[in-house]
Amino acid sequence: MATSTVTPSETTAGRRGRLARVDWHRYVIYIGFVVVFLFFAVLLRDQGFLSANNLLNILRQTATITVIAVAMTFVIACAEIDLSVGSVAGLSSVVAAIALSHWGLLAGIIGGLAVGLVVGAINGGLVATLGIPSFLVTLGMLGIASGVAQWVTASAPQPILNDAFNLVFGSGNIGPIPGLIVWSALFVVVGHVALTKTRYGREVLATGGNRTAANFTGINTKRIKFQVLLISAVVASIAGLLYAGRLQSGRFQWGTGDELSAIAAVILGGTSLFGGSASVIGTLFGALLIGLINNGLILAGLESSQQQVVRGAIIILAVALARKK
Amino acid sequence: MAETMKDITSPRRPDGPGSGDGGPAVEMSGIYKSFSGVPVLRGVDFEVRAGEVHALAGGNGAGKSTLMKILQGVYAMDAGEIRINGERVRLSSIHDARAAGVGMVFQEFSLVPTLTVAQNVFLAAEPMGPLGMINDREAVRRTREEFAGMHVEVDVTARVQDLSTAYWQLTEIAKALAQDARILIMDEPTASLAKHETEALFELVERLKARGIAIIYISHRMEEVYRIADRITILRDGGRLFTKSLKEVTREEIVEGIVGQKIEGELEYKERAPRDTREVLLEARGINAGRRVRDVSFQLHKGEILGLAGLMGSGRTELARILFGVDKFDSGEVLLHGRRVDVGNPREAAAVGIALIPEDRREQGLVLDHSVRDNLLLPLLSRLKAGPLISDRRGNELARSLIQRFSVKVANMANPVRVLSGGNQQKVVIAKWLGTEPEVLIMDEPTAGVDIGTKSEILDMIRNLADEGKGVIVISSEYPELLAVSDRVVVLKDGAVLTVLDRSDIPDEESLQLAVQGV
Repeated sequence: MATSTVTPSETTAGRRGRLARVDWHRYVIYIGFVVVFLFFAVLLRDQGFLSANNLLNILRQTATITVIAVAMTFVIACAEIDLSVGSVAGLSSVVAAIALSHWGLLAGIIGGLAVGLVVGAINGGLVATLGIPSFLVTLGMLGIASGVAQWVTASAPQPILNDAFNLVFGSGNIGPIPGLIVWSALFVVVGHVALTKTRYGREVLATGGNRTAANFTGINTKRIKFQVLLISAVVASIAGLLYAGRLQSGRFQWGTGDELSAIAAVILGGTSLFGGSASVIGTLFGALLIGLINNGLILAGLESSQQQVVRGAIIILAVALARKK
Repeated sequence: MAETMKDITSPRRPDGPGSGDGGPAVEMSGIYKSFSGVPVLRGVDFEVRAGEVHALAGGNGAGKSTLMKILQGVYAMDAGEIRINGERVRLSSIHDARAAGVGMVFQEFSLVPTLTVAQNVFLAAEPMGPLGMINDREAVRRTREEFAGMHVEVDVTARVQDLSTAYWQLTEIAKALAQDARILIMDEPTASLAKHETEALFELVERLKARGIAIIYISHRMEEVYRIADRITILRDGGRLFTKSLKEVTREEIVEGIVGQKIEGELEYKERAPRDTREVLLEARGINAGRRVRDVSFQLHKGEILGLAGLMGSGRTELARILFGVDKFDSGEVLLHGRRVDVGNPREAAAVGIALIPEDRREQGLVLDHSVRDNLLLPLLSRLKAGPLISDRRGNELARSLIQRFSVKVANMANPVRVLSGGNQQKVVIAKWLGTEPEVLIMDEPTAGVDIGTKSEILDMIRNLADEGKGVIVISSEYPELLAVSDRVVVLKDGAVLTVLDRSDIPDEESLQLAVQGV
């Protein structure tokens, strides 16, 4: 019988596999988070690391990265990459600020989002229909978006005087909770549910895990690739609005370098750079870990040059530990 | 069209008749298909009954895969008619084909390795709960049911990448069945299975037949076709040559049908020019490597073809890898021309004149996206050096001469290897290594997945190499092929040498089979 001939050796292997599958590699981000947290809690107990204010601060400062990284999780799960998110956020803040000052609140929001829609459609279109690697398309777009933002503003900051806008996007609170934290919680929850519980999330994972298989299963992988890049850019433009609201101005510098922080957060969170497996909760903790490190290093009194070195080393270490085998 | 779809798919899982005498499950008639003006199918008729295993055969370019891709909705046909369970259908997408009950078990697996078995089985057809959320629990339950129906035990919550390839295949079958496939296309399903796994698959096929499922079985392995198929259709040059019951068709008829001409004893041993010397070329003495290779000793003479036989896991491939320096061994020695050689890696092995043609050409033998020329020249680059640079002119000459010598069929050697047929890819791998003029050539499954015409060409090539005085070690699971070329056969079992047989001691396939089984 089929069962009796094949199964015995396999069940033992399966059992061993199940034990091996509960491997700590997958949870390295959570372990790392706790270890770093405790480390700073002890080391910096006199610098107010554990104060509610400081902890809220960490959450607030990582909020935009978290928002961008949630969308980036989908892009990377699909075996693509989006390097343009940082400069899209900057351009979105600038366009929103200009539109706001000319035509009011609604125009500002729509203007910012339009940046994401246009950039995302171009990124996604080039990748999905022409098959250009997303690395190249979005690398080019990084320069274009950043350049346009500097060009239209002559590199000058665009102040935003609309209080309603600033309150909604980043400066306001809901009760005791900063609005930014609510925004990032919203994205994490929606992203997590979409990835694990909806057919769309499953199709994204399948496209990244084995595109041919996904195609033959009837999944339109071109459309999936288009959509993740569109979503990523739109979410980046929302992050741009959050920058604009928090800092009450639009500037081309907002978001500069965020693509790297977001990618680091996603990879730290256990999403495979080669696609196919991903975790939004992991991404959240990846972003928080980066925020934690930034905050702790500042409190520890390191110079910004030293912070960069330590931050880089920790990220490499964490990814090395999370590696399988 | 939508209504037609509904009509066919609604009466699902009737308890179909058992043994291939059911009504026609698939009728494809007058199928025409051209690619950029080149006709590939010219009015093919093909019919499969419910509960039948129908073998589909044909040489490379006969149109098998195009025909099947039309049935799967991947290609649109130019003209013709497809009926499934008597209903005329239009299969304009993979979705249509699936809805019509066509399932496919792919040669190159179509699973997502990072997802679990259950997630793969219900990929893009997930059972949905409230609020548009996937009901994974239900998927797991139904996947378990599907496997129980197949009499296969597997942890359906394991990620596919953690399971052995035999389970990948079973998962694909479960996936097709879970989508209510009534017609299952199996393309070389045993290619990556060990013997006992193949047996298990055949039993499963029998059970599927009994459920009234029509199975289209594509395989180059004749024994398998005879073993499980009820009828066979042979395509040639884009048309149907014949459909016959396997009870009334001979092996020669099938081979002739596939190759297009009668090949006289293409798989028979040919007495070659007597080996003039008994000079020992390569000798292994007491090689041990963990539990996989145990105390293996043998001699390979100049001009000799030595077959390595054994079941999957008997240590054949491991031994080849050790000789070529891919893997390390614990004790023992390898002698070339009576002198001890220590090959620590493939580069050193190549330097002393040992070449390995690996089992998996696509993974280990070729850079698929590189040109035929670049693939051929890869092991030869040091010979093409003109100072620090590589001479293109000499490279082209060398590549051209290799292509000619091994009659690789390629329009332009700048084409990527990916576009070549399996047989031609294999020739490129062989040519690539023979360009280094090795003295000892180890070939692991040299004809796997190659059509019969190319197979006999490759076997002839092996004979010629031995005639030139090279020593050749051939590893093969296909006994007729092994018997066709080997002068002696080393039989391995559980990593140790069971026996060494002279070709004259092996009267027929059965006796080799018995030797391998250790009876």
